[in-house]
Amino acid sequence: MSQAISNLLHLLATEPYRLLVFLVCMLAFVGLNAAYLVWVERKGAGRFQRRPGPTEVGPAGLIQPIADAAKLMSKQLIVPTGADTILFRVAPLLMMSPALMSLAVIPWGESLAARNINVGLLMIFAFGSINVMGIMLGGWSSRNKYAIISAARVVSQNVAYEIPMLLVVITMIMVTGTMNLTEIVQQQAGGFWHWNVFRVWLNPLMPVTFLIFFICMLAETNRAPFDMAEAESELVAGAYTEYAGMGFGVFFMAEYANILLGCALGTALFLGGWQSPIGVLSSVVWFLLKMYLLVFTVVWIRWTFPRTQFYGLLNLSWKILIPVSLLTLILSSAMMKLFHA
Amino acid sequence: MKNSLKEIFTGFNSLVTGMRITLGQFFKPTITVQYPHESLKMPKRFRGHIELVRDPTTGKAVCFACKLCERACPSDCITVDGAKLDGAKKKSVTEYMLDFTKCSLCGACVEACRDSAIRFSREFNLAGTKKEDYIMDLFKRLEDEAKANPMPETAQLAVPASSAPSEAPKAEAAKPASPPQTSA
Repeated sequence: MSQAISNLLHLLATEPYRLLVFLVCMLAFVGLNAAYLVWVERKGAGRFQRRPGPTEVGPAGLIQPIADAAKLMSKQLIVPTGADTILFRVAPLLMMSPALMSLAVIPWGESLAARNINVGLLMIFAFGSINVMGIMLGGWSSRNKYAIISAARVVSQNVAYEIPMLLVVITMIMVTGTMNLTEIVQQQAGGFWHWNVFRVWLNPLMPVTFLIFFICMLAETNRAPFDMAEAESELVAGAYTEYAGMGFGVFFMAEYANILLGCALGTALFLGGWQSPIGVLSSVVWFLLKMYLLVFTVVWIRWTFPRTQFYGLLNLSWKILIPVSLLTLILSSAMMKLFHA
Repeated sequence: MKNSLKEIFTGFNSLVTGMRITLGQFFKPTITVQYPHESLKMPKRFRGHIELVRDPTTGKAVCFACKLCERACPSDCITVDGAKLDGAKKKSVTEYMLDFTKCSLCGACVEACRDSAIRFSREFNLAGTKKEDYIMDLFKRLEDEAKANPMPETAQLAVPASSAPSEAPKAEAAKPASPPQTSA
């Protein structure tokens, strides 16, 4: 029996099967997370406002996401007259699929990654730019002037924040010397002071770098306080105004999938991935723990700060984040040349 | 340059302060009352619709149908009737109707009553689907109460059942949002 199981496991570890197993697991993981992060968000919002949050559907409201999904799926997918039908339907998928694909290179554990490729980081950012297209096409194809205006705002927001994000990542690539995420995590082994956030001897501005990364991640995923894309209390639903039922549901899930991806990336790049903070017992548990801590912080920020104004958002990017991230880039390259060459 | 740096640091500091405060709130207990499952105890001076007071020694109504409240009511919403029972010295109330659709809770009836035979209840679950729900038979209400609890507690005002926080949530879920009369 155990022979059969180990044979099966070996078979599943071989190339085409490994990919298939990963694909199924990732779809399940992202789906489950997207659904239950909504629950976490609502429960968190409740607790931050000293309410209990969802309590009625199932114990502690745990069946709420399933009820929400059932509601969304039972609704008709309305395509507005005059809308570009194909693009209108493809847009939510364009938003969702990059997050799913990018998760392929995230190293969950020592040997737990679907694809350990050399340009993992580059791949994530290449796919990451596609989801801007998703929102833009969603707004543009729905033939609604307000949706188009919102979509334009999203594009200018995401372009503004892509720059400091990439500058920070270039700093990281220079410091680590690789784009392979598994290798980046391996470099951070042995105690929390080896994590990239705390490696101030490489660059004294390392914690600031992490901060910039985190802020840009919030802005890229259109999370509060940068959620101008879908400012639900001011606009109807921004670029998603014309979407009904699961079309909107997929956008919603994609938001959470992107948050998950951003937090996973932050964990791998800065917080030592699967490495334990005390140097022993490193495992996937640490990765998930750190990732969900970041996710919690995202929720925490959303329910703490009011929405920024649009010019405030652009000012923050162009006047503060970009100069500071350029400074860290120059500083770390100078330090590499002087001390570590 | 110096000013903008200062702005960045003070701004960042205020963000951190804000996040500290919200995190503090996060770990404090929740304070909302989950209404259908639990409700607050009404304060002593809460003015619900009026109700008849029971004599703590006999468990019967104190009211002897003197009709002072009926006369005192500016909106004409009280109808009292009484009869002299065999062997009793005083009359006792046999009918007490309150038309709550007209009542403005002014309290003139409670003030007019010389024997403190009526008082404000603490009933607040007063949603109903028809007007007739609010023509309340207070005498019947008292009798129902007497059946459930033959002797009233002396000093304590009768608290509506749904206000008692100790009651099991399931038993209460059926109760609220219906005035006392509709269940009959």
